[in-house]
Amino acid sequence: MSVGILGTKLGMTQVFDEAGKAIPVTVIQAGPCSVTQVKTQQTDGYAAIQLGYGEAKAKALSKPELGHLQKSNTSPLRHLKEYRLDDTGEFEIGQQLIVDRFTAGQIVDVVGVSIGRGFAGYQKRHNFKRGPMAHGSKNHRAPGSTGAGTTPGRVYPGKRMAGRLGGSQVTIRKLTVVRVDSERNVLLVKGSVPGKPGALLNVVPATIVGNRE
Amino acid sequence: MHAQDIIRSIEAEQLKSDLPVIYVGDTVKIGVIIQEGNKERTQPYEGVVIAKRNGSINETITVRRVFQGIGVERVFLVHSPRIESIKIVRRGKVRRAKLYFLRDRVGKATRIKQRFDRG
Repeated sequence: MSVGILGTKLGMTQVFDEAGKAIPVTVIQAGPCSVTQVKTQQTDGYAAIQLGYGEAKAKALSKPELGHLQKSNTSPLRHLKEYRLDDTGEFEIGQQLIVDRFTAGQIVDVVGVSIGRGFAGYQKRHNFKRGPMAHGSKNHRAPGSTGAGTTPGRVYPGKRMAGRLGGSQVTIRKLTVVRVDSERNVLLVKGSVPGKPGALLNVVPATIVGNRE
Repeated sequence: MHAQDIIRSIEAEQLKSDLPVIYVGDTVKIGVIIQEGNKERTQPYEGVVIAKRNGSINETITVRRVFQGIGVERVFLVHSPRIESIKIVRRGKVRRAKLYFLRDRVGKATRIKQRFDRG
């Protein structure tokens, strides 16, 4: 478990590396995040820190939320996010975390909410093949068979069907940090990340299997 | 700063300012940096710009030439550091934005009329 940073997706562009290759990058405005709460084994039963990100108007928050932020003396914040830790020693309430935590070349995971596509059909949601569009065919985007007949007499749970697609949490793993700009609080990450520009993102150092910190 | 301003300022650092204005139909000479082992050298490539795509940092031109009887088209990322120089050899007078019809033509039919009003 390691502490990441919260940010906003700004969009994509490309940058050139030393070899002159064009690298597709996502621009993420990350931080500054303030530590709004430090949870410890004694007080809460587990160790974690809570980060706040995103300026908000005081009237946009509820009184309990404002009261909670009052404890850490931070201005009203839109998003709060908790990171489980083994040891919260290095963090204290009110501390500011900025993009300096990351270095160019570091491998990160980016967590966000994917673009919502509403009620999507079989082809878009599950990559089914479609039927012929012509030659008298009436089977264009239909699902085909959903299972056997009288036995079992029902459709098995988990059968892939049309339904809501997107709008769910997605983690894109092992993206490389291309550049860190602490002046503008901007991270450039190679590749694409979930959501549209303006979406909230959680950038954390990559969890690599067998490499527990 | 808004999102687009930040992205634009990142792009602006890498945009070349000394590029000539390139039009479709122009004959251009491009110096391409080629890596050979540890050595770098510049290889010229000359041909007619038959298409332009995208803008800003992602702007590309498609350059066509006929080499040993075989048509060759290369797409160049104009702002790439791999492109050392772009020189306009000749301005062409064309009435289309994409000159893909040149692919079907050979010899004399591929000539493009020169225009003199562009610097």
